Amino acid sequence: MAGLELLSDQGYRVDGRRAGELRKIQARMGVFAQADGSAYIEQGNTKALAVVYGPHEIRGSRARALPDRALVNCQYSSATFSTGERKRRPHGDRKSCEMGLQLRQTFEAAILTQLHPRSQIDIYVQVLQADGGTYAACVNAATLAVLDAGIPMRDFVCACSAGFVDSTALADLSHVEEAAGGPQLALALLPASGQIALLEMDARLHEDHLEQVLEAAAQAARDVHTLLDHVVRQHVCEASVLLGD
Amino acid sequence: MLKSKTFLKKTRAGGVMKIVREHYLRDDIGCGAPGCAACDGAHEGPVLEPQPLDPASSLCPRPHYLLPDTNVLLHQIDVLEDPAIRNVIVLQTVLQEVRNRSAPVYKRIRDVTNNQEKHFYTFTNEHHRETYVEQEQGENANDRNDRAIRVAAKWYNEHLKKMSAENHLQVIFITNDKKNKEKAIEEGIPAFTCEEYVKSLTANPELIDRLACLSEEGNEIESGRIIFSEHLPLSKLQQGIKSGTYLQGTFRASRENYLEATVWVHGDTEEDKEIILQGLKNLNRAVHEDIVAVELLPRNQWVAPSSVVLHDEGQNEDDVEKEEERERILNTAANEKMLKPTGRVVGIIKRNWRPYCGMLSKSDIKESRRHLFTPADRRIPRIRIETRQASALEGRRIIVAIDGWPRNSRYPNGHFVKNLGDVGDKETETEVLLLEHDVPHQPFSQAVLSFLPKMPWSITEKDMKNREDLRHLCVCSVDPPGCTDIDDALHCRELENGNLEVGVHIADVSHFIRPGNALDQESARRGTTVYLCEKRIDMVPELLSSNLCSLRCNVDRLAFSCIWEMNHNAEILKVRFTKSAINSKASLTYAEAQMRIDSAAMNDDITTSLRGLNKLAKILKKRRIEKGALTLSSPEVRFHMDSETHDPIDLQTKELRETNSMVEEFMLLANISVAKKIHEEFSEHALLRKHPAPPPSNYEILVKAAKSKNLEIKTDTAKSLADSLDRADSPTFPYLNTLLRILATRCMMQAVYFCSGMDNDFHHYGLASPIYTHFTSPIRRYADIIVHRLLAVAIGADCTYPELTDKHKLADLCKNLNFRHKMAQYAQRASVAFHTQLFFKSKGIVSEEAYILFVRKNAIVVLIPKYGLEGTVFFEEKDKPKPRLIYDDEIPSLKIEDTVFHIFDKVKVKIMLDSSNLQHQKIRMSLVEPQIPGVSISADTPNMDIDEPERKKKKREK
Repeated sequence: MAGLELLSDQGYRVDGRRAGELRKIQARMGVFAQADGSAYIEQGNTKALAVVYGPHEIRGSRARALPDRALVNCQYSSATFSTGERKRRPHGDRKSCEMGLQLRQTFEAAILTQLHPRSQIDIYVQVLQADGGTYAACVNAATLAVLDAGIPMRDFVCACSAGFVDSTALADLSHVEEAAGGPQLALALLPASGQIALLEMDARLHEDHLEQVLEAAAQAARDVHTLLDHVVRQHVCEASVLLGD
Repeated sequence: MLKSKTFLKKTRAGGVMKIVREHYLRDDIGCGAPGCAACDGAHEGPVLEPQPLDPASSLCPRPHYLLPDTNVLLHQIDVLEDPAIRNVIVLQTVLQEVRNRSAPVYKRIRDVTNNQEKHFYTFTNEHHRETYVEQEQGENANDRNDRAIRVAAKWYNEHLKKMSAENHLQVIFITNDKKNKEKAIEEGIPAFTCEEYVKSLTANPELIDRLACLSEEGNEIESGRIIFSEHLPLSKLQQGIKSGTYLQGTFRASRENYLEATVWVHGDTEEDKEIILQGLKNLNRAVHEDIVAVELLPRNQWVAPSSVVLHDEGQNEDDVEKEEERERILNTAANEKMLKPTGRVVGIIKRNWRPYCGMLSKSDIKESRRHLFTPADRRIPRIRIETRQASALEGRRIIVAIDGWPRNSRYPNGHFVKNLGDVGDKETETEVLLLEHDVPHQPFSQAVLSFLPKMPWSITEKDMKNREDLRHLCVCSVDPPGCTDIDDALHCRELENGNLEVGVHIADVSHFIRPGNALDQESARRGTTVYLCEKRIDMVPELLSSNLCSLRCNVDRLAFSCIWEMNHNAEILKVRFTKSAINSKASLTYAEAQMRIDSAAMNDDITTSLRGLNKLAKILKKRRIEKGALTLSSPEVRFHMDSETHDPIDLQTKELRETNSMVEEFMLLANISVAKKIHEEFSEHALLRKHPAPPPSNYEILVKAAKSKNLEIKTDTAKSLADSLDRADSPTFPYLNTLLRILATRCMMQAVYFCSGMDNDFHHYGLASPIYTHFTSPIRRYADIIVHRLLAVAIGADCTYPELTDKHKLADLCKNLNFRHKMAQYAQRASVAFHTQLFFKSKGIVSEEAYILFVRKNAIVVLIPKYGLEGTVFFEEKDKPKPRLIYDDEIPSLKIEDTVFHIFDKVKVKIMLDSSNLQHQKIRMSLVEPQIPGVSISADTPNMDIDEPERKKKKREK
């Protein structure tokens, strides 16, 4: 059995996309009324839900409060039904903890935390269906949720993954492409300034190729920004119509 | 960018997992036809021709494109590769199916697609909005794919109609499946079978021969008798292999006996096992190098490997009775100990068929279209082909591919691929041996040549960066006469502190061949330069090999230098490596260098340098031999060529001088020093060379042979072997030692390249060195280029690149290099054999003294020291009464009538060229002394009819 051909000679990927193309993205803001902010995003078959509470007073131990900025608390979980085989533990495993930590780093870099000293912002993200690029989907969903909550940020945080096959950088990897075992890079970008909020890479990639892959991921993240921006504007439009302005 | 993509889900349920995959459909995929307004701007890569007129087909006179289905692509790739077939649309569905079913065909079709002149276009129909087809309820995957292909064909026809009403461009669907064709015609798609279409190409009748004969009905003419048992299906085989009832291995036909083969069972846990197969039925249609499943026979049916030499000579096929009789010859009683596990082939796991070179044996019936083809490689069975141009192909070397081997056929069926040229023609024969040994020998492509430096070339400021200027040193090179690719040069001088500085300077090929470009890829593919008797197949283009990289005298050249500081006892005090620029003061031959060293009158710089080197080399050699390095021997010959006709006019065994071993010694030293350095720096991905110690059983023949001469050979370590070989001397028989060394060489294992991260045994047995690599011949070996790159990175003279530090890529590279080296060696031997034949053809019949190297059941293998020629003397001939032969395996000896032959016995043989089989013209030897009535022939009456082709004789009889 020959393995899957990730990139055909004609330049098409397994699912019919070209190297730099994203999967179809659909997003909605304000899906839950009780939370301060919420959003839902679909990137191809990867579906994620983000909910934001805060800024509010520190819950639990007061000692955790930071005198000069807000505490960002992130929790990641993925539904037991999100993968092909049912998962045993929805959250609390190592992978979820690590993902939570990464999200926290990402959003500490983006949210203007110094505006809310001694308070706390909670971001809860759940993956409903996983088909590659879960980190990116979570960040994008959380961005929309934070925006929905009206928490001041430096910029959107847009994330996208990229891989490297046959000396070509592929943007927005699907599960099939991730499972092939090549190098995989996750990038969270502040598109306006071009600053990187988080950069992570699995597997080995030669230094010479890094720039190419990074550029592919950045371009994809900028494309994501265009789409998210559109979603936000539309949401604001709808909200203002409802308010009767 | 993402506009108008319809979103679909494809669910594939199988096993336990449910996989959901996205499948995007696009409307920006072009049809590949130029000037198509509908899909303007979407074209990429090679495109179809706007007016495909050239294949004049009587079936479809209108201009058309072809659209083959999967089976046509799989089986008729030879036809599609023909330059006459152009403008073909390959669907993605078809390509994917081919990819899953046959990797070699997939590779070939990709090569064709990449060839701009062929105008093959790959249409991504699975992702096109209008040609995507969903699997229907109750439809299997094959039917869906067939439907998808038809839908695409239909779409194409409608699409092209829209584009140009006046052109009447058509797409013709080619399928060999009857039902599929009917359905297509029903749907209004012009469809033909491959055979119909090719036959309609009136301008290219030769294409018909290249058609693979697959039509099952066609073969019914032969006797309906079933010769072979059925092959089991793959699923059953896998089950059997898992449960241990069957064994999986590589089928290796015997070169000497067409009824015998061995199967190497590759198992990691148990040691490699060898299983013997005997008899046509047990071989069951397996062809050399196939991966097969075998079943072991019960112990009472085990046989011993026969020492009989048998060639398949039957002119007429299907006389199975005769075969059975022959098989009986094999089963002569052997003693219990000799019995080896014996088995039979139950199924084929993977065919490894390739196109074979050989000749047509024309059928006796004049009008017959079926002929047998005899491959040049004896291990390949004869192949039945169908051709209308038999008389044109007779006496030519041709290439034939196997299509299949039905159960009721004695021989496999195949088809004609290519005509190479006349037999015996030097060009053709060279081509054949290059093809047979898979040596890439096409001229370098334009893409490769474009990476060569521009002439006139000189060393620039930029080149001197990271480079030491050593042009002032008195460097010289010593090589065989006529050598144009000089890759090494040496120097030696005394330092102020009394020590000696010795430098080995190697051509800096890696400076010109940059990693990853076409030039580099081509050299990596070739792996090595192949030296044939009158020709050299270069690994790198000539500009580099004979000019810019060749360290010729009195020109500035770039080099990679390895410089030692040694004391007068040849102990290394310091070693350093540097890229350098040198200017060789003299290019000497071995003889010239020797003369300089010996003549007392010469005292110039070069000569003193050579003397210093020679002195050190002697010490180094002595030390190396003390450590247990082996000095082996193989008879090597050199031809003196006629300068006009390039025919060999004389043979000469290679002479060894002190200077040969002087150069060799320093090359070894450099290789070892470099190996240490790169392994130190890159413990995981250094490219090294090892020579495994042979298993003790390999030495059996050597020990037995020595014993028969009352000598003892110890083989427990390399050292004891070397010592006992040194001691094995007989005052009455001075050549004995050389013979023993020749035999010892045959016992050795192959030395191989490997990647240090993938192996932990680095030892080089023959050189008795714990670590070794190849550094000194980058012009002719690719391994050296990699080693140069590694070393350059290690000393900071060059930068690294991704593939260099990937041990899996390196391991793959090693695999290719080992294969190429082996093949180059075989090709070299074949070339020597061919020239030996030419030589004896011109020389006529000669009688020479010879020594027996091996004793077989019905023959002896002899070596003629004068020519370094090895040959077999048969004692059984077809039409003559058989002499009484008694073979003793223990000693080993062969008793013929009353004369006994032992290994190393001296005999006298007559050598002549046997052209009775045009394909394998061979040197034939017959016994002259000792005289045995009825067996030996007298020295002066030549056996006249031997030189005449047998077939002619037959005709006369009729």
